[in-house]
Amino acid sequence: MDMKRDYYEDVQLFTSPVVVFWFAVLIGSLYLFPLVVDNYYIYVANYIAINIIVAAGLNLLVGYTGQISLGHAGFFAIGAYGTVVLMAKAGFPFLLALPCAAFIAAFFGFLLGLPPLRLEGPYLAIATLGFGLTITQIIGRIELFGGRDGLHAPDITIGSWVLDTDKEFYFLLITLTIFLLLFMRNLIKTRVGRAFIAIRDADIAAQTMGVNIIYYKTLAFAVSAFYAGIAGGLYAFVLKFIEPEIFTLLMSIMFLAMVVVGGLGSMMGAIVGATLLCWLDLKLRNILDIPYIGDWLEQLSKQWFTLTGVSNIQYIVFGSIMIGIVLFEPLGLYGVWIRTKKYWRTWPF
Amino acid sequence: MIDLIQMIVNGIAVGSSYALMGLAMVIIYKTSEVPNFAQGEMALISSYFAMMLLSSFNMSVYSAFLLTFVFAVFLGCFLEFAILRRAKEPNVLGMIVVTIGIEMVLLGFVSWKFGAEQKTMPFPIGPYDSFIIGDIFISKLEVLTLVAAVLLMSVLYLFFKYSKLGLAMKATQQNSVAAQIVGIRTNRIMMMTWGISSLVGAVAGLLISPTIMHPFMMWDPMLKGFAAAVMGGMTSLPGVVIAAYMLGVIENLFGGYVSIEFKTVVAFVIIVLVLCIKPSGLFARHYVKKV
Repeated sequence: MDMKRDYYEDVQLFTSPVVVFWFAVLIGSLYLFPLVVDNYYIYVANYIAINIIVAAGLNLLVGYTGQISLGHAGFFAIGAYGTVVLMAKAGFPFLLALPCAAFIAAFFGFLLGLPPLRLEGPYLAIATLGFGLTITQIIGRIELFGGRDGLHAPDITIGSWVLDTDKEFYFLLITLTIFLLLFMRNLIKTRVGRAFIAIRDADIAAQTMGVNIIYYKTLAFAVSAFYAGIAGGLYAFVLKFIEPEIFTLLMSIMFLAMVVVGGLGSMMGAIVGATLLCWLDLKLRNILDIPYIGDWLEQLSKQWFTLTGVSNIQYIVFGSIMIGIVLFEPLGLYGVWIRTKKYWRTWPF
Repeated sequence: MIDLIQMIVNGIAVGSSYALMGLAMVIIYKTSEVPNFAQGEMALISSYFAMMLLSSFNMSVYSAFLLTFVFAVFLGCFLEFAILRRAKEPNVLGMIVVTIGIEMVLLGFVSWKFGAEQKTMPFPIGPYDSFIIGDIFISKLEVLTLVAAVLLMSVLYLFFKYSKLGLAMKATQQNSVAAQIVGIRTNRIMMMTWGISSLVGAVAGLLISPTIMHPFMMWDPMLKGFAAAVMGGMTSLPGVVIAAYMLGVIENLFGGYVSIEFKTVVAFVIIVLVLCIKPSGLFARHYVKKV
């Protein structure tokens, strides 16, 4: 049923006018959405959109190229600090500072992509993890970057347009997100994307077929880091204030969790995973405010646990989701979607 | 000169706790090729369990520690039986995600149950009791950790080399199908491996807890232990211990002579450099991958 008969069918974005229609509806509602909801939900949407960008980038690396990265918070930090420092200290305009910072992140991605040419599995995990920890430590010690005290993000101005509210920022962010996702989707369908997939499936076989492993592995790291850098640069303006303690190992773990929970090797998976985990993250921070469950948890905590530690339930929830996904649905939420679709297509057989 | 010796002694002392965590990690990796990120939190929950027994139930130190060790073994076996064994298509990434998941569940549980603030462990040896030899201070706890690390390393080395069970564990790692054919119950072997590893981790946790005790206390030893394990080659027991001591000493010397601020990250820089030169660690034979 999903048979592809020629190359064009594989690369085309819309398979039918119905898809075009729904895509237009989706884009339209994304742009109209901030006009009807209040400020908090715009903040939530911004937060989710940024994580979608990182998850899409990490998915290219983990899902399509088959590498492991536990250091994406490092690239995220480089993007955030790069953008803010270039704007505040060097006087760059926002639209120039953001790609510059992202290219710096991509350069570091290229550097981090060099050891994985010889490493895999746990060795790669510890090397990337070390990178993530080291970068934040180094940033925290440099005076220009504000050291431990952190930095305030300046207001963004594009021409004469000053973006000082979440709503205005949302329009910029959603445009960038859609553009980056489309770019990623097209990249995967090209020669480059097929090379990534070949490396994931069998790197030695790919090399025999003439795929330049050195080039494509470092490229995968660089592109992935570029996405994380862009997202980090945008994140600085959502938070308005950045400090090294934000970019922890836990953040890298959450990025990896988003990709795995959503489904490795699918764009939709990265989007769904990032949305789900971010939304849960924001909800579970104030777990006692959730109706019914909150009261019950308060009772439970008073009796058996400590009330001060109740927000740590979010770790339990995230951990359980990660375990559950790998044990029961290795393809992630995307796998659930595929199975549901197949079931209804062939129903009642 | 005294400074230098003191720094090396401190480095060896801190290396011992890395060595214990690294040993625990290597035991699991040797048998099942799972890089166990939950190792630190398994040790964490064991040491909180010991604290609970000591302070809430007023047990004597020996019985409390004995019970803790039993608990640790049980915990390791349970995690393997209930979670790791159920994984459908085990690959490296999946295993990393599962163990990180276990880590987060345990971490969340401990911080929910006991609160996130600093606690004190009623340990018989305080963190500041020390021997003074010449002008060099060595805390008693550090000596104990050193002895425990070397002792456990030798016992485990002999165990893997000569005992029947140890050989079965080795066989399971090298070829689990062949091991099953010759009559080894690989499932049970895995479970035992997790039990032993959890026990070694619990020893490390108990020895760290007098100095520092809060839910994130095991992160640094766990990551450094993992780093040492990787540097030592992931499968070699003496390798991980030597690498752990090297990391500890280099870290302390770097902190003393170059920059105290970058002390904690120097280990990872060393790891990356070592891995660039020897991709499977210092003490492992390099297996050639086939398509």
